[in-house]
Order: sequence, then structure tokens, then C-alpha cells
Amino acid sequence: MTVFLVIIVLALLAVTGWQISKIFELSKSPDADTTQVANNKDNENQGKLMMGFAVFLYLLMFYCFWSFTNVTLPDAASEHGGKYDNLMLISMLLIMFVQIVTQALLHYFAYKYRGAEGKKALFYADNDKLEFIWTIIPVITLAGLIIYGLFTWNDIMSVNEDEDPLVIELYAQQFSWTARYAGEDNTLGEANVRFIEGINALGIDKEDSYAQDDKVVRELHLPVNRPVLFKLRSQDVLHSAYFPHFRAQMNVVPGMITQFGFTPTVTTEEMRNNEDIVDKVEHINDIRNEKGDDSYEFDYFLLCNKICGQAHYNMQMKVIVESEADYEAWLAEQSTFGESMSEE
Amino acid sequence: MSAVVNAPAHEDHGHHHKQNFISKYIFSFDHKMVAKQFLITGLIMGIVGIAMSILFRIQLAWPEQSFAIFETLLGKWAPDGVMTPNIYLALVTIHGTIMVFFVLTAGLSGTFSNLLIPLQIGARDMASGFMNMLSYWLFFIACVIMLCSLFVEAGPASSGWTIYPPLSALPQAIGGSGMGMTLWLVSMALFIASQLLGGINYIVTVINLRTKGMSMTRLPLTIWAFLVTAILGLVSFPVLLSAALLLIMDRSFGTSFFLSDIFLDGEVLSHHGGSPVLFEHLFWFLGHPEVYIVILPALGITSEVVATNSRKPIFGYRAMIASILAIGFLSTIVWGHHMFVSGMNPFLGSVFTFTTLLIAIPSAVKAFNYITTLWKGNLQMNPGMLFSIGLVSTFITGGLTGIILGDSTLDINVHDTYFVVAHFHLVMGISALYGLFAGVYHWYPKMFGRMMNKNLGYIHFWVTAVGAYGVFFPMHFLGMAGLPRRYYTNTAFPYFDDLADINVIVTVCAIITALVQLVFIYNFFSSMFYGKKATRNPWKSNTLEWTTPVEHIHGNWPGELPVVYRWAYDYSKTNSDGDYVIQGQDYIPQNVPMQNKEEDLQH
Repeated sequence: MTVFLVIIVLALLAVTGWQISKIFELSKSPDADTTQVANNKDNENQGKLMMGFAVFLYLLMFYCFWSFTNVTLPDAASEHGGKYDNLMLISMLLIMFVQIVTQALLHYFAYKYRGAEGKKALFYADNDKLEFIWTIIPVITLAGLIIYGLFTWNDIMSVNEDEDPLVIELYAQQFSWTARYAGEDNTLGEANVRFIEGINALGIDKEDSYAQDDKVVRELHLPVNRPVLFKLRSQDVLHSAYFPHFRAQMNVVPGMITQFGFTPTVTTEEMRNNEDIVDKVEHINDIRNEKGDDSYEFDYFLLCNKICGQAHYNMQMKVIVESEADYEAWLAEQSTFGESMSEE
Repeated sequence: MSAVVNAPAHEDHGHHHKQNFISKYIFSFDHKMVAKQFLITGLIMGIVGIAMSILFRIQLAWPEQSFAIFETLLGKWAPDGVMTPNIYLALVTIHGTIMVFFVLTAGLSGTFSNLLIPLQIGARDMASGFMNMLSYWLFFIACVIMLCSLFVEAGPASSGWTIYPPLSALPQAIGGSGMGMTLWLVSMALFIASQLLGGINYIVTVINLRTKGMSMTRLPLTIWAFLVTAILGLVSFPVLLSAALLLIMDRSFGTSFFLSDIFLDGEVLSHHGGSPVLFEHLFWFLGHPEVYIVILPALGITSEVVATNSRKPIFGYRAMIASILAIGFLSTIVWGHHMFVSGMNPFLGSVFTFTTLLIAIPSAVKAFNYITTLWKGNLQMNPGMLFSIGLVSTFITGGLTGIILGDSTLDINVHDTYFVVAHFHLVMGISALYGLFAGVYHWYPKMFGRMMNKNLGYIHFWVTAVGAYGVFFPMHFLGMAGLPRRYYTNTAFPYFDDLADINVIVTVCAIITALVQLVFIYNFFSSMFYGKKATRNPWKSNTLEWTTPVEHIHGNWPGELPVVYRWAYDYSKTNSDGDYVIQGQDYIPQNVPMQNKEEDLQH
């Protein structure tokens, strides 16, 4: 496949090069002038190439949408993600519409009005009506997009405490993630890097009574359809907690606690059976088999999306969305902070 | 026809002292020479910057494989020919820094502001020739220091061109934040000083030294663009300097402006109370105007080149000025769209979404005006014109995705992914480079008195145009797959394995596109010596620079300065009987008085 694509690209470039070299040859003919200013022949050829370029551009866009859409993210696995995808779709349709129209006009005009000896250009300096039209159209469309976007943004960013979200701390350090569940009281104990000592790697305040039932884990389990509120804390440099499948991202900033909340709606099991994911995983496994790597099974992941050092590219944590019962069972197995400290 | 006053052969201006090699070519006060110095230095930096991008693109397409070229160029940073993660990050960082600041800021606006401001407004030179020279030499020293930083023991700065602390502040966090970062900061401080000296000069020159009759509304759009660019630079670069100074304090003097609660290498650092978000605000207060500092001159050049080669006035001259001013103003209040998910108050996100999407309006107006300028023109397809049309194309493609990124909601999931990389490379990288090329092809005869080879120019344009879209259009899909930027390799996530194909396409296109730039470099340098001798006004243009003699003289015009009687865009203007105003000539230079039967359109 790769080789095939490379060949297509090379072939297209070769055609371009060949066309250009033809012009190069032509312009060397004895009757050509040598002023290095475009003459009739150049205008003719370059104007046509403009049209050819437009064709190339449309083919490229078509090809990309046709064959790369299968690598893009599947439908969102969170409650707000649906709205996100919807807004994305509307915006995409809109900008692709504008793209198709304006690029066509630009290249068509470049072709249609290519210069010729004796041709007279139209002295056309301004037209208030036209200017008004293409100021007001963007104003109206953008106003619509802004309003839609802002409502969605408010919706996503305001955390509704009444829904009693599950509070989880995500702790970032070079180059790993740790999660801390707030325990039965659903309140995280105080923490600061100055308390880091021995197995207390997250710097949790031992004296804080809220901290005793906190549970520190290396894998993120989330009950499906329950709002989760992530409190983000960094030990060293900036990181960014990015959950691509849940359309969620927030930077992790040393010295402050940032937050992001969402409700996962699709369990890992369900996502593995999602058509797009099945296809994608199949494709990935074909590639991996060819290379001799182990086969891959889909899992959600959390990754770091802010440059944080040399192993930035491998800072990840597995995320599992499961039924409430499975989640409770898993959580019960984890020992609390209080227990692990007293064991020491 | 031309109304150049053939005044007595030589008027003495009192500064025509003999020039030796040093005062003519090295420490020159002459704006034309300073422009050439900026251009050639910028091109050399550009070669370095683009070569770096090819190196890390090879790593991305064929991760962790051994290449002889890595071993040769990277030495100890590529043991057995395999690039290390540290040098990957360093290359990404220095590529960004060099391309944004040294090539597209200094190389583009430094070159053309210097060359065109005095020539197009009818001035003998910049307001201060000395400051102009100083501006170049500070830039030169900044370049040298930046290049030196590539050779320090622990590696050059490698925390991204945005140098967010704490990563950039703490050598324990990444090797490049030691000596490499210090040199980066010193280099940028000098660079900023150079920009400020240049910027003040440009502004003063445009305001004070316009020749008789050159009112602000008769200025060519290039000058408007350079003026607003210089003002933007003056407003925003000092803020970057302050950010850099505070960072230097944090790094070297134990202050805590940006650092707080950090545990690294088994110990708690004493810093307390600072916030990296403050740095982000300071950085992007420059960083966002910066992208307009990069693109506005390119748009200005395009306006001029498109009008000249369409043989038509630029459509909506006043709307174009209004757009430049609106973009300039809005660009200073949109910086927060780089920080939607930085942890700042979400309400601020709403405000910045609003201002950011507003900036799409003047940008759209400009694009539509360019397209209308082509309409019913008599397009002369010179290489400069091709690059200008190419610029409009990439500016639209790249600008449209800005509508997605500028929307705080949509930014959540594409922030810091390859979608962003594709967006800004098209809209400010490729577009600004096209502007640079358009400018070089168009004004080369003015700079060097010779013509560049047009056929090599055509090859350069078409391969670049195909290649650049081949690099950056597919890249959007990497972003929509959720792939983060600045990853040394994607192999740590099997989920991204199916993106390898796209990465190969992108890299192959990037290599081809980079190689064809050698055609340009060859054309550029060989034409200097072997190019066809230029005539005074090869493109039949209206602006004043084409009324100067081909041979450069200090003071630009022999005899008196030209007087301006009209705007710069009287192309194909006809009388009511349908004949050109000047018989047999479809252009009327700015220094030609109003003609007999000519209709005054109040331009």
C-alpha cells in the first residue's frame, strides 16, 4: 500500500516535471525571446497548468477524504463528544464548501484570463456592493458558528457538582501517569510535591483524613454513563492529558490543579465491536503481522500531548470503561492509601 | 513617456563619499544593500531550517531506522545512524525557531521592508541608515549564536519553539535546557533588539519620508503591510523580551515567575508561587501577532505582484487597507486561542473564540479581493505571479482550518495534534514562503540588476506547489486521527500504526519539495552573475522603484525625487473613448501627472 501511494505521488510529480520540461524545451526554440519576462507562450502554458493544478488539488482532496477517513477517530465515546462531533461535521462541511468554491474560482480565473498579446484587462477598482456582500456573509456564518461553539464550550467546561461526579486525580510526571481515586468520601486528600517520600510517590498528605481512603492506581477504570471529574496535577513540567476518543483534553500544570469532566458512554467492550474500530484494528493487525509484531487489541488510552521531555512520545496510560458492577469489583481490589502507608 | 526628470546629471547630496569594500558590502548604511544582506542571511538560515525538517521527517516516516545521513550530520546524536529522541526534539525546536523568526520574520520583512519602503515611497534611504545597519548586524550575530547552540555538549534548546517552562527552565528535565537554552535566549534577545531597531526605522520612514504627493492613500499596499507589520512587531516583541528576561531570572537567579511545586530527580525544588500559564500568556502575546508579522508582508507583496501581473488595479484598495488594519488590531487580542486547554478560565476561552473568529472576516475579504483582481485581467504568468496565486490558494486552504482551531470547543480534540501543524504550515509557513519567493522573483531585477531565469522559476513553482500540498493536506488526517505533534515516533501506540502510510507520503513529498528549492537557490545565485541584464521596468509596473536606474546609486534617484500624482494601481485605465490613457501603454506610473482627457477617479 505504502509503495503504491509513493508511486502515485512520484508519478504525479513526474507528469508535472515532464510538462514543465516540455515548456522548457519550447521556450528554447529560436524564436523565443530571452527577456525572462513571460511571453504569450508562457501565459498560455502556465494558464493551462493552473487548470491542471486545480484538477490535481481536487483529486488530492478527494483521495485524502476517500482513503484516509478510515484512520480518523471513531464516533465519540463520551456524552459531550456527540455535540463535539456534530459541530466538527458542520464546520468541516462549511469550510470544504468554501474551499471547493474559492479554489475553483481562483484557478479558473487564472486559466481563463491568462494573458495574451493585445488583450485588454478591465479597469475595475472597487465595488462597494460586492465588498459588502463578502463581508456580511462571513459575518453571519461566523456568528452562527461562534454562538453554537460557545454554547457547546460552556456546556463542556462547566462541571455540574449536583450530578455527583466521580472525582479522580490524574497525576503526571516525566514520563508516566498515575491515577488517584477519591475513595468512599469522593474527596481527594490534600497533596503537594513536598510530601513526596518513599512509597508516597504522589506527595499525599498523610495527616489529611480525606486522604486515607484514596486509592492510587496505574490503570484508569471508569464506570460507563457516570460523570467523571478529573483533577489534574503535575509533578515536574507541563503535560497535557489527552483522551482522543472522549474528545477531552486539558493541560497539566505544575503549581496548580486543572480540571476536565466528561461522561464516558461507550464501554471498552462496545468500542471493540464498533464497526470502524473492528476495521481499523484489522488493518493495524495486518500491518503488524507483516512486520512481525504481536497482534493488537483496542483499548482506550490517555496520552501526553504537551512536549515534556525525551520520552514524551511514550507517556501513556490504559483506560478501561466498564459496567458499574465491574468497576466496583475492580475498585474493591485496590488498597487504600491509608492501608499501603501502614503496611510500610 | 515616463516623466522622470532628467535633472542635471548629478546633484551633490553631501554624502557621496568614496566607498570601500567594507562600507559598501559589509557595514553598509544603504537600504538596498541591507536588504540584500537580510535576504541572503535569511536564505542560508532557511536552508538550515528546511534541512532539519527533512531529517526529522525521515525519522517520522521510518522511525528508529538507521540512515547514513543521520550519522554524518548528527554525529553522536545518532549512534549507529539512529536519531535519538533528544536530538529529534532539538531539531523540531530549532526548525521552528529558525523558520518563524530568522527566515519568515527577518528574511521576509527585513528584506522587503528595507528594499521597498524607501524605493516605493520616494525616499533617498531609511530614516536612520546607521540603525538599519545595526539592525542587520544584530540579526547576524543572533543567527551565529543560534547556529552555535547546535554544537554545545548537552544539545541545543529542545523544548519546542514555544519554550514553555518548566521544561525550558530546568536542565534536569531535558538536556537542551542547559547551555543550549541559554544561547537560544541570548540569540532571541539580540534578534528582538534587531527587530525593534528595524521596526522603528520602517515606521518613521513611512510616516516622515514620503515624497511629494505620496499621501497615505496613494501608498502601494506593500508599504501598508510593512507599516502595520512594523507596528505589530514594536507592540509585541518587547513582551517576548520580558518573558525571556523573566525566564532567564528563573533559570539563573532562583526567582519563581514561572515555576512552582516541582519535584525532579528525587528532590523538591525551592521555587514556589510561579505559574507557567503566565509564561504562555506572555509568549503568545507576541506569538500570535508574530504569525501576522510573518504573513502580512507576504500578503502585501502579493497585492503588488498580482495587480502588476493582472494588468488591473488591485480590487478594493481601501478595503485591503482596512483589512490589513483590522488584522493588525485583532491579532493583538487573539493570543488566548493557543491556550484554550492551558487551564486558564474557560470564560476567557469564550472571549478569545469570539475575537479569533472575527479575524476570519478581514482575511476572507482579502482572499475574495485577490480573486476578483484576477477576474477579467490580462494575467502575465511570471514566476512571481504564480507564487502569488499559489499564496492565495494555500492561504485559503490553511485559513479555513483556522475556523476549526479558533473554536474553543473544536480545539479541545485537535489541539497540539498534526491538524495544527498542517494548519499553520499552510497558512503562515507555505504562504509566507510563497510571498518571499514572489517578492524575490519580482524584485530581483531591482536588487541585482539582472533577471532570474523564468523557466527554472516555473519548475520551482510547480513542483513546490504540488509538493507542499502533498505534505500538508494529508497531514490534517493525522491530526484527526488524534496523533500528537512532537512525538519522536508513534510506535509506542499500536493504535497509530495505520498512520505509517500517510507519514511516508508526507516525508516523500517533503523531500521532493525541499530538493526543488535547490533549483531556486541555483537560479538565485547564478542569475546574480549570468542572468539577463534587466531593463529599468521589466514588469511594466507603476510603483516608484521602477523609475530608479538599474545601477544602484546611493540616494536612489539621480537628481530630484520623483513627485507622485496618482495611486499605484492605474493599470489598463482607459479614457471614455476606450483607449488607454497613455497611448499604447497599459500602465501609468505614479509619477505621471493626470493626463488631458483622463477621468480622475479619486484613487
